[in-house]
Amino acid sequence: MRSATAVIKQKFTPPPSCDLKGRPFVNKPSLRKKLAEYKRHPFSLVMLALVILSALITAAIVLWIVIHVIIQGAPNLKASLFELEYDSENLSLMPAFFNTLIIAGMALIIAVPIGVAAAVFLTEYTSSTNKFVAVVRMAAETLAGIPSIVYGIFGMILFVEMLFKGFSLIAGILTMAIMILPLVMRTTEEALRAVPDTFREGSFALGAGKLRTIFRVVLPSAMPGIIAGVILAFGRVVGETAALIYTSGTVKAVPDSLLGSGETLAIHMYTLSSEGLHVNEAWATAIVLILLVLVINGAAEFVSNKFRKKY
Amino acid sequence: MINNDLKQIGYTRGDKVFPKFRVKDLDLFYGNFQALKSVDMDMEANEITALIGPSGCGKSTFLKTLNRMNDIVPGCRVSGSVLLDGTDVYGGMDVNLLRKRVGMVFQKPNPFPSSVYDNIAYGPKTHGVRKKSELDDIVESSLRQAAIWDELKDRLKKSALGLSGGQQQRLCIARALAVRPDVLLMDEPTSALDPISTGKIEELAQELKKEYTIVIVTHNMQQAARISDKTGFFLLGELIEFGATDEVFDSPRDKRTEDYITGRFG
Repeated sequence: MRSATAVIKQKFTPPPSCDLKGRPFVNKPSLRKKLAEYKRHPFSLVMLALVILSALITAAIVLWIVIHVIIQGAPNLKASLFELEYDSENLSLMPAFFNTLIIAGMALIIAVPIGVAAAVFLTEYTSSTNKFVAVVRMAAETLAGIPSIVYGIFGMILFVEMLFKGFSLIAGILTMAIMILPLVMRTTEEALRAVPDTFREGSFALGAGKLRTIFRVVLPSAMPGIIAGVILAFGRVVGETAALIYTSGTVKAVPDSLLGSGETLAIHMYTLSSEGLHVNEAWATAIVLILLVLVINGAAEFVSNKFRKKY
Repeated sequence: MINNDLKQIGYTRGDKVFPKFRVKDLDLFYGNFQALKSVDMDMEANEITALIGPSGCGKSTFLKTLNRMNDIVPGCRVSGSVLLDGTDVYGGMDVNLLRKRVGMVFQKPNPFPSSVYDNIAYGPKTHGVRKKSELDDIVESSLRQAAIWDELKDRLKKSALGLSGGQQQRLCIARALAVRPDVLLMDEPTSALDPISTGKIEELAQELKKEYTIVIVTHNMQQAARISDKTGFFLLGELIEFGATDEVFDSPRDKRTEDYITGRFG
């Protein structure tokens, strides 16, 4: 026996172009009718063409780059590129790959809690007219707009020259953490502001305190937005070269400790191509870099869908 | 004699007998604007007290002083006293425990963006209930009390945001009941709902007053007349008239009350 809903669904699935009685749908005009309509409003047609064109240009550029990278890089994706140790024969990208994960991961571990906590303070503990909040927000906005090379020089003077006496992963990690901190803070702040006050009121009215309301109601509701910010931050670290060349250096190996120097994938690509001898391998590295970003994006999408499904 | 009668329903403290809520000489300011002017009101247990008046008259503001939800509003200052069972809620009482005892339902249904079950269980968990079986019992009994168990028992794990407006509002009532309050404050609980859902909520309020003290703010005078035992009429921050609902509607003492309920303004 079929369930009632299945029968109903089947009964009301209309054929694509006409209803059950064979009449055409009157609210879905044909293309010719639509064009006739546009004849009366030619400017609308121009605007329509422009917005479609803009969307196409954007998509086409992305596609062009990806396809170009794949065409150039795919033939050069040899197994030797993925050997664990780098030498001048195999030109392995694996040390750089691991360094990338270490630097990005640790920078996020440092910057995300601070950024989220700062955003919680700004949105949940202060009123919008507060002078101090205005100063913090302006500082964050300014920091977010500073070119990354400035962070690089700053990191070099503070971490490389003064603190750790040499290029090191930890110098790169701390520099990256400082660089993405305002980004994480701003995106989290926006996500928190998007949580309706009625959720907070509902929680307070049940006798929940401020902390419980923040952790059980506000942060979970804002989670998709927060995760989106974390992805952006990850992407910035993975794509960073200038600031890292001055801090974590260009050694093609995974160092024994965080105090050793090591390069990331983006820098690996830069050195390979700038030396001019191994441009093919640089293209292959680009594929891996793009894949890494795609995988992280996908994983984040998955996590954030999990959250959304729960609600 | 009167004292003895009161003892049946009221709360004794020493020799004094208190109603559920006793509000005395309450003033409230938003910045420099005085929103409540010297309000005195007693609300008895197991009664429905309705607060009516035109928009901006202070009735919702007054309601929110009872569970101190006004504390959240920046620039809001309160003076006077609000006694719950004889204890001043503004006198060093833990605000979270106060709100556990005095639940609230808002104008717009505001379920959390989580499952039906988690919505109800949130309150009890907040106040220390951890055992799964106990939470299950609370969820079922609260939903039953809010007359929505039959509709929702098969979708406890589904999102509360997928419910209709009327169901959401009854879910919010169930959520408020789940922490076992003494008092239920309702801030225009049916203004966003259709007539059928409104009827259900009104029936529910009648049922709930057997166990709870209910204070309801409403724009709908028929609603106040239908369901309440006492009615208070607010105008420009003043409590103009307060008494048994029949008397307020049939033979109002103040001209302004009469004008309002006969629809001459507001």
